Amino acid sequence: MEKRDVKYLEAKARLVREGIIRAIGVNQRGHLGGSMSCADLVTALYFYKMRHWPEDPEHADRDRLILSKGHSVLAQYAALAHCGYFPPAALETTKQLGSFLQGHPERDRTPGVEANTGSLGQGLSIGLGLALAGRLDRRDYRVYVILGDAELAEGQVWEAATAAAFYKTDRLIAIVDHNKMQATGRIPELYDVGPIAEKFRAFGWRVLEIDGHDFAAIVDALDAADQSTGQPVAIIAHTVKGKGVSFAENVASFHNGALTEEQYQQALREIAGDGV
Amino acid sequence: MRKLACPREAYGRYLVKRAAEDERIVALDADLSGSTMSCLLREQYPERHFEMGIGEQNMVAVAAGLALGGKIPFVHSFAVFLTGRAFEQVRQSVALAKANVKLVGSSYGFSDFGDGATHQALEDVAIMRALPNMTVLVPMDPGEVEEAVDLALEIRGPVYIRISRSPMEYLPKEEPGLGPALLQDGKDLVVFANGLMTSLALEAREILAQEGISLRVVNVSCVKPLAKDGIQRLAADVKGVITVEEHSVIGGLGSAVLEALALTPKPTCLIGVEDAFGQSAQSHGELLAHYGLTTEAICERARFLMGRG
Repeated sequence: MEKRDVKYLEAKARLVREGIIRAIGVNQRGHLGGSMSCADLVTALYFYKMRHWPEDPEHADRDRLILSKGHSVLAQYAALAHCGYFPPAALETTKQLGSFLQGHPERDRTPGVEANTGSLGQGLSIGLGLALAGRLDRRDYRVYVILGDAELAEGQVWEAATAAAFYKTDRLIAIVDHNKMQATGRIPELYDVGPIAEKFRAFGWRVLEIDGHDFAAIVDALDAADQSTGQPVAIIAHTVKGKGVSFAENVASFHNGALTEEQYQQALREIAGDGV
Repeated sequence: MRKLACPREAYGRYLVKRAAEDERIVALDADLSGSTMSCLLREQYPERHFEMGIGEQNMVAVAAGLALGGKIPFVHSFAVFLTGRAFEQVRQSVALAKANVKLVGSSYGFSDFGDGATHQALEDVAIMRALPNMTVLVPMDPGEVEEAVDLALEIRGPVYIRISRSPMEYLPKEEPGLGPALLQDGKDLVVFANGLMTSLALEAREILAQEGISLRVVNVSCVKPLAKDGIQRLAADVKGVITVEEHSVIGGLGSAVLEALALTPKPTCLIGVEDAFGQSAQSHGELLAHYGLTTEAICERARFLMGRG
C-alpha cells in the first residue's frame, strides 16, 4: 500500500473500475460517469497516500476522505472493498433495500465512509471542520475532499474555501474532479463557473493542476500537498467522465445511466484490458 | 415579584462553565456572538471559538466536521437563520449523519421585535421537529436554559435549543427535567405551554381560579422527542386542552400535542401565530399582544372550552 508503483496502482484502479460496474449491475441506473472519472484519484488515495487501517476504521490518526460529490461513491465503495473494509462481493448489493451500501455515502452504514454527502456543496465545509478538530487535538491526519467541477456552482463551496484559507488549514486538500461535464451535458456549453485554478488561488489556496488519470502525476501532487504550510491545497485534476468504458466516455447519459447485459460485459472486458 | 434574568446571558455563562469541564466543547458563530452570547466562550477560550463570518450554511457543515472529529460543537445564530438558511445542511450533514452538533437558535419568536419579519423565527420548531434524529428544546426560563445545555451534552446527537432575547422569570418547578412537567394542578382544563408562554399560563391560572375555572399548567420544554404518554395522562381527566407557544400554530407544540392525543381527542384550542409573518414593533410585548399571545387569550379560550365563552 505504501509502494509508489504506477503498475501496482493501475492494477488497483482496474479492480476499482470493475467494482463500479459490478455495483451498478445490469438494467439498473447507476452513477457511472463521475465514479469512473475520479476512480484513479480515489485509488491513489486509498492504495498509496492515505494512512488508514481497514481493520480499525475509526482509528483516531487515520487520514480522511470525504467524497463531496457523493454520487460518485461507487468508486469509494470499490476501493474500500478492495482495501478489506468489507468483501468485494457486497458491492453487488449496492442500492438494494436494507443494504449498507446506499446510493449516496452514509457514515453510520458503511465502514470507512466519513460523512453523509449527496446534496452537493457540503463536503468541503465538513472537511474543514475535521481539519480544525485535528488541529485542536494536535493530531497530524490529513483530510482529502473530492469535489466535482459542476459542484463548484454551489456557493457553499466558496464559503468553505474562504474559511479554510482564513483558518490556514494546511492539512485540508481539495481535489477537483474536473471532467468538464455536468449531469445534463458539457459544462462549457451549459454553465461554466470559470477558471477554477485562478479562483482557488484568489481565495488564498495553493493550487496544483494535473492529469487526473496519470498516476505519476497524481502521487507527485499528493506528495507535494504535504509540503504546504499555512495554506490549504487544491489539486485540479483534469479527468474524463466515464473513463475506462469507451461507450460511456464523455456521454452525459451515463452520468446516471443503466447498462444492458451486453454493455455490462463489454465494460468489464475493457476494464480488464482485453478487447480494447 | 419573581426574579428576572436574560436567558441568553444565562446560556453564555453556563456554556463557559460546561466548557471548563469538557474540552471537547467548541463554539461557532456567524457574526452574532454579541447577541447569542457565544462571545463569553470566545473571551475565555479563544482557540475553541470559531467566528465563521456571515455564512450559516458553511458554519453548520463545519460544525458537523468538528463533531465527526470528536468535538461537541455549539452552533450559534438567530433561530431564523440557523434553521432556515442552513436547513439543508442541518438535514444532511447533521441530522442524517447523527452528528453530535448542538444548534442554538437565539432571538426566537417576536423577541427581536424591532427587526421585523425577516428576523423573527415563528416556524423553526416545526422544521426542526420534522427532522429524524433531532431533539427540540424550548426552555421556559433561564434555569431551564442551563438544563437544556446539560441535556444536550447528555445526548450524543443533534439537538436544537431555542433561546429568547427577552428577559424571563425563574419559574417554580418541583423536579428537574424537560419532559411534560406539571407546574400547577387543576381539574377542569389543561394548558400545555413552553418558552416564555409558560409564565403567561401560570398567570392565567390565577385569574381563572377567581372565576371558578381550575386550570392545570404543564410545561413542555422538550417538544421532540415528545413524551406522548405524559401528554395523554395529563389530558385524560380534563374537559379540554389549550396549547400556547410563541410560534406558528402549524407544526409546533400545538401540533405535537394534537398528534399525541389523536387516539384520545379532547376539545382543543391552539394559541400561537395564525399562519402569519411578524413585523416590527417597539417592544416584544406589543407584538405578543398584537398576535394574540397573551394571558387574556388563554383565559378566553378556557372560558370558551368551559362553555362560558
